[in-house]
Amino acid sequence: MKPDSTTKLWMYDQMLKSRVFEREIEKIYMEGKTPKFDLAKGILPGELHISAGQEPCAVGVIPHLTEGDWVGSTHRSHHVAIAMGIDGYKLTAELFGKNTGLCGGYGGHMHLFDKDKNFSTTGIIGEGLPIGLGAALAFKKQGSGNVAIAYTGDGAVNQGAFHETLNLAAVWQVPLVVIVENNGWAVSVPTSLSTSITYNVARAATYGISGALIEDNDPYQIYTAAHEAIERARAGGGPTLIEIKTHRIEGHFMGDAQQYRTPDEMAEIAEKDPIPLFHDSLIRDSVASASELEQIKASVQVEVEDWIKFARDSEYPAPDDALKMVFSN
Amino acid sequence: MTDNSGRKLNMARAISEAIAQEMRLDANVFCMGEDIRHVAGIWGHTAGLHEEFGDERIMDTPISEAAFIGAGVGAATQGMRPIVELMFADFFGVCMNSIYSAAAKTHYMSGGQFNVPMVINTAVGGSYGDAGQHSQCLYSTFAHLPGLKVVLPSNAYDAKGMMTAAIRDNNPVVFMLHKNLLGVPFLGDERRATTIVPRELYEVPLDKAKIVREGTDISLISLGASLYHCLDASTELEREGISAEVLDLRSIAPLDREAIIATVAKTGRLVAVEDDYKSYGVTSEVIATAVETDISLLRSAPQRIAYPDVSVPFSRPMEEFCLPDKHDIVAAAKRTF
Repeated sequence: MKPDSTTKLWMYDQMLKSRVFEREIEKIYMEGKTPKFDLAKGILPGELHISAGQEPCAVGVIPHLTEGDWVGSTHRSHHVAIAMGIDGYKLTAELFGKNTGLCGGYGGHMHLFDKDKNFSTTGIIGEGLPIGLGAALAFKKQGSGNVAIAYTGDGAVNQGAFHETLNLAAVWQVPLVVIVENNGWAVSVPTSLSTSITYNVARAATYGISGALIEDNDPYQIYTAAHEAIERARAGGGPTLIEIKTHRIEGHFMGDAQQYRTPDEMAEIAEKDPIPLFHDSLIRDSVASASELEQIKASVQVEVEDWIKFARDSEYPAPDDALKMVFSN
Repeated sequence: MTDNSGRKLNMARAISEAIAQEMRLDANVFCMGEDIRHVAGIWGHTAGLHEEFGDERIMDTPISEAAFIGAGVGAATQGMRPIVELMFADFFGVCMNSIYSAAAKTHYMSGGQFNVPMVINTAVGGSYGDAGQHSQCLYSTFAHLPGLKVVLPSNAYDAKGMMTAAIRDNNPVVFMLHKNLLGVPFLGDERRATTIVPRELYEVPLDKAKIVREGTDISLISLGASLYHCLDASTELEREGISAEVLDLRSIAPLDREAIIATVAKTGRLVAVEDDYKSYGVTSEVIATAVETDISLLRSAPQRIAYPDVSVPFSRPMEEFCLPDKHDIVAAAKRTF
C-alpha cells in the first residue's frame, strides 16, 4: 500500500514540523550554555536528544494508527510525538518544565506521556519494549483490535528486555510492532562493535515472527511495511519486527562533539537528509509545487514559534508540587 | 447477608481466596508468572486459580521477569489489573528496571495521567537453608523507591484483606509473602499465622500498622516473621514484670509513622526488629521516625535488631546466628531499662 497525495503532504508537513521544532529548541537550549557548556544552565536544562534525520520512522508508521493504539518511543522521540499529533503547546511546555506541559513538568524531554494519545516515552534503553508487550497483551485480552507500537534503537537490541519481549510476543501472539530505528550508533559505540549480526531484522526469524527491513530511511517503504505489520497485528496475525536503517544527523545529545564520527560520514549523512530528499521527490512526482511546499514551511515556522511563545509565557509549577503525584488515589 | 463465620486458613490459602474472589468480580484482573498454573506459584498462593479461571487469566510465563513484569506495567496502563509474580524477591536483579523505573515512576512522571494498578507478589525470608540468593528480605530495597507500595502481612486475616486492597489499589503494590508464615508444607510453619478468615471479601488498609499486643513499658515494633519473635519475647518479658506493646507494621511503604509515634509516646522505650539487613533498613526508619519527632518521647536509647550486614550464609549455625530471635529481643529490651 502506498500513501495517497494527501498523506504524502502530511508526511512532509510532519517531518518538517519536527525538524523546525528541534532547530528552534536547539537554539533555545544553547541560551546560557555558552561559552561554557553546562547541562544545568539556560532555560532548557538537562539532556536534549535530537531526532533530526529519523523523521521518516515516525511519519511512515503513525498514519496507520487508530484511536486507542499505544505508541511507546525512546529518549529520542520528538519526531514521533509530533507525528502522533500531540498538542505542540503542551509538548513544548513540558520541555520547558512548565505547569502547562504534557506532564505538568514532572516528566521532561525524555519522559513524555500523553494519555489522550496513549503515548509514552522512556529514558531507559529497552524499557519500552516490555511495556509495549503488556499493552499488546491488554488489547488481545480486551479484543479491542488495537495495536501497540514499540519504538527502540539499535542500542537496545542487545538488552535482555528486547529478546525477552520478542520471544513472549511470539509465544502470546499479541498485536505488537517493534520498530528498531537503527541509526548506527549507541551514543558513541558503532553497531560493528556492539552487534554480532548485520541486520537486526534477522532476530525476527529467531523468534518465529514476521520481519521487515527498510534499508535507507525511505518514508514510503516504511509506510508500506508498517501498514502490513499493523494490519497483520490487528487481524490477530501476531507481532512484527521492523528495522529501519536511519540517520542520526546530530550527536547523541546536544553538546556531543562527535569526535567518533568521520567528516566523510557527516558529509554522507548530510546528503541523505530525508527532508530535502522528500521535498524534491514531492516536486518530481508532481505531488506539490515548490511554492506550495514553501507555504507549508512558512506555516510550520509560525506554528512552532507559537508553541515556544506559549511555553516561555507559561508558569512553572509551584516548587512543592514536587511532593505530589507519587501515588494515585 | 454477610457471612462472618469464617474458618481457619493459612496465609497462602487466604491470598488465593482473595485473588479468586476479586477475579470473579473484576474481569480485568489476571495473573502471570512462573509456575502459577500447576504448582501454585510454588508458595501455594495461586492454588485453585487455574482450575477456575483457565489459561487466559492464569498465565504461566517463561523465566523472563524483565519482560513479563514490564508487560504488567503496560497492561496496567491499558485498563487491566495484573497480578505478577517475582518468585523470590532475590530475583529482582534481573527485572528491577521494570519495577522501579517503569512501574514506580509512570504515575509521577506522567503528571498523574497514567496509573499502574499492579500487584507484584514476591517471597521473602530465610531460616530454611536456602543461602545467599534465595533467602533475602530486601524490604528497604523496594521501600526506598518512591511510587511503590510495599506490604508484608503477618497472618492470614491480614493477608486476605491486604491482597484485596492491593488488587483494588491504583498503584503498584509489592506484596511480600514471608516464607515462614505462608503455611507452605515444605517450609517451617508459624502456626499463629494461620487464622480465622472470613469467607466474604474485605479490605485491610495498606498504610496502617496494628497493635497486636497492648503494653505499657516498652514498644516492640516489627513485621512479618520477626513479629512472632517479638510476641515470644513479650511473653518472656512479662514474666520479668515488663509489659511490652507489640506493633505489626504490616505496611513498609507507606510507613504508618503515626502508629510508631503513638506507641513510643505511650511506653517511652523502643526496640525495632526485622530480618532484613541492618543498615539503611526498616528498623533504622522506625527509630528515626521516633527520634526526629520528639527526642523526649524516649527515656532511653532505642535499640534495633536486624540481620547483620552480611550475605545469607548456608551453614545452619551461621544462618541461625544471623537471624534475629526472641533472645536477642529480650536482651535488647533489657538494655533500654
